Amino acid sequence: MNRRALAGLLILLALLVAAPALLGGYGLSVLILVLYFAYVGQAWNIMMGFAGQLSLGHALYAGLGGYVAAGLYTHYGIGPWMGVFAAVGAAVAAGAIVGYLGFRFSLAGVYFALLTIAFGEFTRIGFDNWTWAGGSGGMFLKVERGITDLANLRGGTVMFYYVILAMTVAAFLLCRALLESRLGRYWLAIREDAEAAQAVGVPVLWCKMLAVTISAALTALAGVWNAFYYNNLFPETAFAVGRSIEMTLSPIIGGLGTLFGPFVGAVVLTGMGEIFTDLSDQFHVAGLKQIFYGLALLIIVMYRPAGIWPWIAARLGFEEKRK
Amino acid sequence: MSGARLELSGIGKTFRGLRAVHDVSFAVPAGTIHALIGPNGAGKTTIFNVIAGVFAPTAGTVTLDGRSIAGLRPDRVCDAGVGRTFQIVKPFKGLSVLENVTVGALHRRPQLGPARAHAEAILQRLGLHDRRHQLAENLTLPDRKRLEVARALATEPKLLLLDEVMAGLRPTEVDVMVGFLRELSAQTGLTILLIEHVMRAVMALAAQVTVVSYGEKIAEGTPAEIARNQAVLDVYLGHEDPA
Amino acid sequence: MTQDFALSLAQAIAKGLLTGMVYGLMALGLSVIFGVMRVVNFAHGEMMVVGMYLAWAAFEYGQINPLFSLPVIALIFFGLGYVLQRGLIQPFINRPEHQQFLLLLAVATLIVNGCLAIVGPDSLGIQLDSQFDSYELGPFVFDAVRVHAAIAAVVISGLLWLFFTRTRIGKAIRAAADNHMGALVVGLDVRRLYAITFGIGAACVGAAGALMITIVPVTPFLAAEYTLLAFVIVIVGGLGSMTGALLGGLLIGVSEAVAGLLLQPSLKSMFSFGLLIVVMLLRPQGLLGRKDSR
Repeated sequence: MNRRALAGLLILLALLVAAPALLGGYGLSVLILVLYFAYVGQAWNIMMGFAGQLSLGHALYAGLGGYVAAGLYTHYGIGPWMGVFAAVGAAVAAGAIVGYLGFRFSLAGVYFALLTIAFGEFTRIGFDNWTWAGGSGGMFLKVERGITDLANLRGGTVMFYYVILAMTVAAFLLCRALLESRLGRYWLAIREDAEAAQAVGVPVLWCKMLAVTISAALTALAGVWNAFYYNNLFPETAFAVGRSIEMTLSPIIGGLGTLFGPFVGAVVLTGMGEIFTDLSDQFHVAGLKQIFYGLALLIIVMYRPAGIWPWIAARLGFEEKRK
Repeated sequence: MSGARLELSGIGKTFRGLRAVHDVSFAVPAGTIHALIGPNGAGKTTIFNVIAGVFAPTAGTVTLDGRSIAGLRPDRVCDAGVGRTFQIVKPFKGLSVLENVTVGALHRRPQLGPARAHAEAILQRLGLHDRRHQLAENLTLPDRKRLEVARALATEPKLLLLDEVMAGLRPTEVDVMVGFLRELSAQTGLTILLIEHVMRAVMALAAQVTVVSYGEKIAEGTPAEIARNQAVLDVYLGHEDPA
Repeated sequence: MTQDFALSLAQAIAKGLLTGMVYGLMALGLSVIFGVMRVVNFAHGEMMVVGMYLAWAAFEYGQINPLFSLPVIALIFFGLGYVLQRGLIQPFINRPEHQQFLLLLAVATLIVNGCLAIVGPDSLGIQLDSQFDSYELGPFVFDAVRVHAAIAAVVISGLLWLFFTRTRIGKAIRAAADNHMGALVVGLDVRRLYAITFGIGAACVGAAGALMITIVPVTPFLAAEYTLLAFVIVIVGGLGSMTGALLGGLLIGVSEAVAGLLLQPSLKSMFSFGLLIVVMLLRPQGLLGRKDSR
């Protein structure tokens, strides 16, 4: 990373840290959305952007993480900082199962993607019928207003903002470290050509398993954060295919396999979402927001198929090619 | 780096009842260069894939310095000291030339820095160093062939399997590659097994030649002996491209 | 097992088979498109829903039975599919999978929200005169609408079979689906072949939509569900295999109907997804699919 890029990054970080003081409640809630999508996008990018495995079922890991932590909290009073271990454990186990079955039977590309969807749907319907988790009626966390209890993750928007900011920064640093490690390079090699990678000694199955479990673990953290931020969980939304697809958009739009892509993609997508909400509010036509959104996606994928960030980076003089 | 002895004994491979290779045995002493020739479809690449761990043989044994490697996964075979190239080159297209070779070097050097330094040294030797920052997909075919060899060498093998690395090269480029391999073998004592159609290269490099046809070994000997062997001549005369 | 139960089980299976024929027709479209172009149509269920709306509108405003509006709908869909392929999808044929996915996701978003904007979120069904008619065969009772839809689906599948086995262009498409590279070298205009293929895939799903509206009312929210259902069916049957798609349709139709009888209705799609996972692991190429030769 060159000096200019580092300076830019530090300014951005300072602005993000100062944001609660600079922005109103609405601005902060939008920024929270941006960071959330940047974070889950970063987690998903490990699988697809680095290791080249298309998962369209990441809602499974977020949903499991959220349900486990929220369930432990509401049923047994176990706080999220403890519950998070169980949450991550559950997601890693699920990721390991999906990954092992998929990779062992060498399902690739679309087939693997459809397997991930199938597991997500399977779990969704299971939770719909599971009373402990509240069934289709959902699970609710007790809302306590006016307190900030970081130990139990109960508090206001500002607290949740800083938690997701810390998570996003940590995920960025982790991904950067991973990319500059043997494992990261092995992932890139697998993404480019798994057979050639194996011939130069890359243990392909093992590396793919690490990709899916690390990605699942990070995604589960987002699920925990999400459950405690919104205080409710429904199988219909937590495990929805739409939720999984949402997670893929920021990195694809921003630039697959790049470190900044997920963040840039999240800024663009969330920004567009807010603008389109305002726009469509003036017309009172159902679905108009989504139509704008669909058009924007169409235009981006047609004219910037490699993502927005590599294009911006080249213009700003920060070289970050798709690794 | 030093060479290892490769020994194939009674290798057979059938695909759903179709016999691709049957009872092939030969040995490559450590530090020598051995060629595997035969008409297209004779089963040469299948033999390579059996050695490299892509397929487990349905019969027979493969040993490297006396240690069995048959049926191991390709990455384990690489661990054991076998490097290979692919007949249809398989570069990591989206990565730079240097990164391609670094992936190979990481095999015995877990740190990125030393691995990269090792990769640079290999690229120097193969004359690819000035192109190290290019994306592999932008290389010409001869350069891609060299990249295949560089990436395999980066894993520091004791046995190098080269699958038609001369194909598509111009005569002068063939001479350069021949010179490089001869020097490599002389300097490091690396064992080399090559599948080759370019007879000029086989004659210049190989100490011994094994000829296969229809999945079976039909002859073995020095290049000069093979050139006089009637069975080999029959096979090649019945074949339109003796190259 | 009591006789009553055996009878209701047999009844459920028969019902599942009838619905399954329509499912099969829908999935056939997806399978043909994937087989030839290696593109997964993530907007398949959305197209299905449009077919349902068109048939609904023809009935609502013109009192035309979906069985008669079907040929026109199929023709319109063929045209739309052809144009969509030429205009949007063709440039993406050789691009990475995730870009194709994003493109079709955008198309799907536009279609489903277009429907929402035009017709609204309410569920719309049609009341045919034959709505409450039924056929009796021994102890079995069949809904007339379901029987008619299934017969129509079989007839259309038969016509498609004739097209694929008797016409030059049909044979070319089938060859391309069976052996991707092979057919591309025989010298047909590949772009045109692709556009026609997408048109036919779209016509299949449009026709399936026109039939489905006689059985199930339509809302825009069904779209994603049908996309998933079509995926499940073709994977079970074998992606790219045409008979596989029809067989998968029957299998999923039956499994849904039986699961709906034995378990809670909400668990019925869990059954299908379970079946999908099992098939993927035991026979990744699908029941009738061949190993991918890529």
